[in-house]
Amino acid sequence: MSNFINTFENQDWNILEQEIYACTAAQVRAVLDQDKISLADFKVLISPAARPFLEEMAQRSHSITKKRFGNTMQMYIPLYLSNECQNICTYCGFSMTNKIRRKTLTDAEILKEVAYIKTLGYDHVLLVTGEANRSVGISYLKNAIDLIRPYFSNISIEVQPLEQEEYELLKQSGLYAVLVYQETYHKATYKVHHPKGKKSNFDYRLDTPDRLGKAGMHKIGIGALFGLEDWRVDSFYTAMHLKYLQKTYWKTKYAISFPRLRPHEGTVQPKVEMNDADLVQLICAYRLLDANVELSMSTRESEIFRDHIIPLGITSISAESKTNPGGYVVARESLEQFEISDQRSTADIKEVIQLQGYEVLWKDWDKNYTPAF
Amino acid sequence: MKDLLTIADKTFTSRLFTGTGKFNSSTSMREAILASKSELVTVALKRVDLANENDTILTHLKEKHLHLLPNTSGVRTAKEAVFAAQLAREALGTNWVKLEIHPDPRYLLPDPIETLKAAEELVKLGFVVMPYIHADPVLCKRLEDIGVQCVMPLGAPIGSNKGLKTVDFLEIIIEQSNVPVIVDAGLGAPSHAAYAMELGADAVLVNTAIAVSQNPVVMAKAFKKAVEAGRMAYLAKLAPVRMQAEASSPLTTFLYE
Repeated sequence: MSNFINTFENQDWNILEQEIYACTAAQVRAVLDQDKISLADFKVLISPAARPFLEEMAQRSHSITKKRFGNTMQMYIPLYLSNECQNICTYCGFSMTNKIRRKTLTDAEILKEVAYIKTLGYDHVLLVTGEANRSVGISYLKNAIDLIRPYFSNISIEVQPLEQEEYELLKQSGLYAVLVYQETYHKATYKVHHPKGKKSNFDYRLDTPDRLGKAGMHKIGIGALFGLEDWRVDSFYTAMHLKYLQKTYWKTKYAISFPRLRPHEGTVQPKVEMNDADLVQLICAYRLLDANVELSMSTRESEIFRDHIIPLGITSISAESKTNPGGYVVARESLEQFEISDQRSTADIKEVIQLQGYEVLWKDWDKNYTPAF
Repeated sequence: MKDLLTIADKTFTSRLFTGTGKFNSSTSMREAILASKSELVTVALKRVDLANENDTILTHLKEKHLHLLPNTSGVRTAKEAVFAAQLAREALGTNWVKLEIHPDPRYLLPDPIETLKAAEELVKLGFVVMPYIHADPVLCKRLEDIGVQCVMPLGAPIGSNKGLKTVDFLEIIIEQSNVPVIVDAGLGAPSHAAYAMELGADAVLVNTAIAVSQNPVVMAKAFKKAVEAGRMAYLAKLAPVRMQAEASSPLTTFLYE
């Protein structure tokens, strides 16, 4: 079986970029008059030529999402377990070069954080770590999942890429989903931003969703970090990756996230800026491309933006997030990965969602569906 | 650039596959198949006399461009199908097999469970397996996973000439498949075949509609043209069916406030 890397290597960044920027309004009109949107059509929808059609795209995204997901919004919260990291990522607060004290939560500390999160109502949790194989390797992760499993219906992780067998092991412990973002599909730019550590291996990271698919993971989240490169080209690669994965690992669900570079302890400024209208355009283009893919919105974005994005195609949203280990109760001042923008409480976000006519979903899985071995 | 269809080790110019049953004579069968320009023709094992070199069906199909596709029509279980395929491989010298298992003698509807079992076994034995199945998208993915080289979902009950009754499921199958999708069974008119090709099917298999027509040769030509037209339309992308716009409150004005 061939992996995504084969598909990837047949593409040329510069040619794709030219194609996207050469799209015309007439092409956008023709695409929007179709029922089914192909990958080639997605290219047209993320082009600058589609900007005047944004309201029409938004209306259509809204109606498709409503038809498929109903009037519901899933809630999740990140739980940072560690900020130890042996990688240098120029844009990340956890980067090895930041000479700041590091913290990895102990079992007792994890349970304290969990107890707090549970009081807010969450049943879906996203565990996050840096990449430090000795302190937060596979055994730490397995232990953490085993430890918190009784408290959550649905456990996701966003950690270093693992081997297929390791994913299989964590799945047996009750892991439901894995998020692994390529950051950028531009190989040279990727090297610039990941000069050191295991993460500097572009191909190994690119191959990760394939390993997850082979491990039979229930859900895989992919995406690019916007700001490192042209968001349009990176998003086209992401969409291509999505379509490849859906066709190859057809039993798996997929989710897309849209992180934009935020201020943090590092110093990198976005190379290519992505404004709010760009992000709306992208979210709508994904929804038009695929009625079923989950689209996720984090607290990186501003209050106003988050309030308005709710009916536009998003299906899951986080609130009250802390991006530092122990940030909820144990060690509120520890080093954070990035500054969050929307700091409102879970109760406030719940109200915002309900006021727009949506029901808040806390639970969309049952731990009994993933029996522990 | 030539628009060729590849299945396993073979490449086809024609996307119309044909059958050999129900013709009123072997001569009429031969003429119709030649007129269709089909390059893959399926033969029911139960109808040929494998021991006889001068079997009438086979002798009428001896043409360089015609590939024979033995089918297992008549078998009722996976075990029988595997046995039949092995017989065919030996007698006809081809490892291609159209896998048909229909325990139901009235509608000849395929048994999905036995088909999956037999396909798995036949792939292991080195066959190029072309399974005749319901238009079931999950079954198609399961078959693809075990290594079949194409899938052959039905458009309507076999022999019914009803057209694409399973269109919604065929569309999902075509969207998801990594192997060629050949719409088989139920195609009663050239327009049905054209429709299947417009949707993006890789090929169609037509037998009854040609064989029982008053003029099989002319009908075979009509199907040939329909399949080509449908394929061309698919490649050229159909013009959209326009949707009515709906007035609703604006969603993106916040961007400009």
